[in-house]
Amino acid sequence: MSDLRMDGELTVTQRMAGLLPKSDTPIVPKNSIAGRAMVAVVAIMTFLASLTVGAVMLVRAAASDWQSDVSREITIQVRPETGQNFEGQIQRAIETAREFPGVGEVRAFSKEESAQLLEPWLGSGPALQDLPVPRIIIVRIAPNATPDLAQLRKLLNERVAGASLDDHRAWMDRMRAMANTTIFGGIGVLLLMLAATMLSVAFATRGAMAANRPIVEVLHFIGATDRFIAYQFQRHFLVLGLEGGLIGGAAAIVVFILAGLAGKWGAGFSGGEQLAMLFGTFMLGIEGYLAIAIQALATGLVTALTSRHTVNQTLRTVE
Amino acid sequence: MVRFEHVGLRYGLGPEVLRDLNFHIEPNSFQFLTGPSGAGKTSLLRLLFLSLKPTRGLITIFDNDVVSLAKDELSVLRRRIGIVFQDFRLLDHMTTYENVALPFRVMGKDESSYRGEVVELLNWVGLGERMGALPAVLSGGEKQRAAIARAVIARPQLLLADEPTGNVDPTLAQRLLRLFIELNKSGTTVLIATHDIGLMDQYDARRLVLHDGRLHSYD
Ligand SMILES: Nc1ncnc2c1ncn2[C@@H]1O[C@H](COP(=O)(O)OP(=O)(O)O)[C@@H](O)[C@H]1O
Ligand SMILES: [Mg+2]
Repeated sequence: MSDLRMDGELTVTQRMAGLLPKSDTPIVPKNSIAGRAMVAVVAIMTFLASLTVGAVMLVRAAASDWQSDVSREITIQVRPETGQNFEGQIQRAIETAREFPGVGEVRAFSKEESAQLLEPWLGSGPALQDLPVPRIIIVRIAPNATPDLAQLRKLLNERVAGASLDDHRAWMDRMRAMANTTIFGGIGVLLLMLAATMLSVAFATRGAMAANRPIVEVLHFIGATDRFIAYQFQRHFLVLGLEGGLIGGAAAIVVFILAGLAGKWGAGFSGGEQLAMLFGTFMLGIEGYLAIAIQALATGLVTALTSRHTVNQTLRTVE
Repeated sequence: MVRFEHVGLRYGLGPEVLRDLNFHIEPNSFQFLTGPSGAGKTSLLRLLFLSLKPTRGLITIFDNDVVSLAKDELSVLRRRIGIVFQDFRLLDHMTTYENVALPFRVMGKDESSYRGEVVELLNWVGLGERMGALPAVLSGGEKQRAAIARAVIARPQLLLADEPTGNVDPTLAQRLLRLFIELNKSGTTVLIATHDIGLMDQYDARRLVLHDGRLHSYD
């Protein structure tokens, strides 16, 4: 950034312009090969970790969307039973549901609609009219209500032959399990990446300290305490770590924004539609971006702490 | 100020490079340390500068037994000693001004409290125009003067210089010697390691002569 100092002559003219001489060059030089390598490692690790965080957030948001959609709705299936008036069965089931506390809108598929549902499998034709096709009743749960579904199931069993209630619990449990697995998997990946970051940072720190050994020696000779020297290196590595975290996190955010836009533009195409169905608009919410930012910051801090530890350890062994 | 009693030094398992040294350095004194190359001058300076510990004997500096000092105590003691290295050891990424100001920075002083002093000293050693230059663009003599300025900026009580005229022409050597004499007159104890007999002949001072790891003193 400030390569001004790399050019001695330039600085001289600056001084001659009447500026007071200043000691503001960091004691540990900022631009070194070891330093660049460290920024690159941290940036890449942060980028990958941010992608993981973003993906986990997307899955979590999508799963909770599906869950809340699905759990606001239950279905009653009525099978025709011999010796029963089928329309009467359906009517009783509808009434039972309507009277039940906490239930909102109740709507049964008509005979035609049910046939339409089955059309892809059975084809259209008069044969279908005669088949004993079960009827589906959609029951919406009233806003903010939590009806006692077990009780409703019991009532239905008592009053309506051939009725069964599906609250999608099995499906939702599977969904939740899948989402949780993804989240735990993501956390596992994050932990592994954190470990890898710490290890590479420790090595990079040792490398940087070895490269800057002459500086450490000079500092010792002019009376610097270990604390002072450690502080200089910690500051150096904190800057590098935050720089790497910023680059990696920003890159990941750009990727998510682009993916979101691509999802929007691609909505007309079949692939885009499917993606949109799975992940909503494939857009990270504010909290997703916040999580990435926090994660990038955390990676920078972990880098600084790891370096600090390594620096103190190295200084203890240097005479 | 400095007392050596039966001091011996060896590197690792090698032979003793310094043997049974006994001498004092008095406050406000001026002395040359001389002897052929490889005699052990640099090693003796490193003992004085606390960057090596003796393998035997007793070294007392400012009334401290150096062997008993902890690492941080050594650092603080070093602030009272200035050293000019044979190879300067300036920090390449810092300007002349910053290099010379470094001892103050290490002490945690505020820049406004020392800026004037540093500028004044740089002018005094003739580097006033080179304050913003990096070591890479300084000549050998300029680096030498910058190194000396850094060694004396914090007014050390003891100044050690290792071959300070080894890299400069005789005229500059003479000027540097005058600089050391000035510093001595203003109260600094000075020890200059050199094998330059011409230089020593210019100033009548005590000579410590190292030969075969032993010391002979000519007052
Ligand atoms: N770090 C070291 N390790 C081993 N031997 C050394 C080391 N430094 C100096 N010596 C040896 O100690 C002797 C004295 O060296 P030195 O103090 O540099 O002499 P001078 O400065 O008078 O030329 C030499 O024989 C040299 O080889
Ligand atoms: Mg030498």
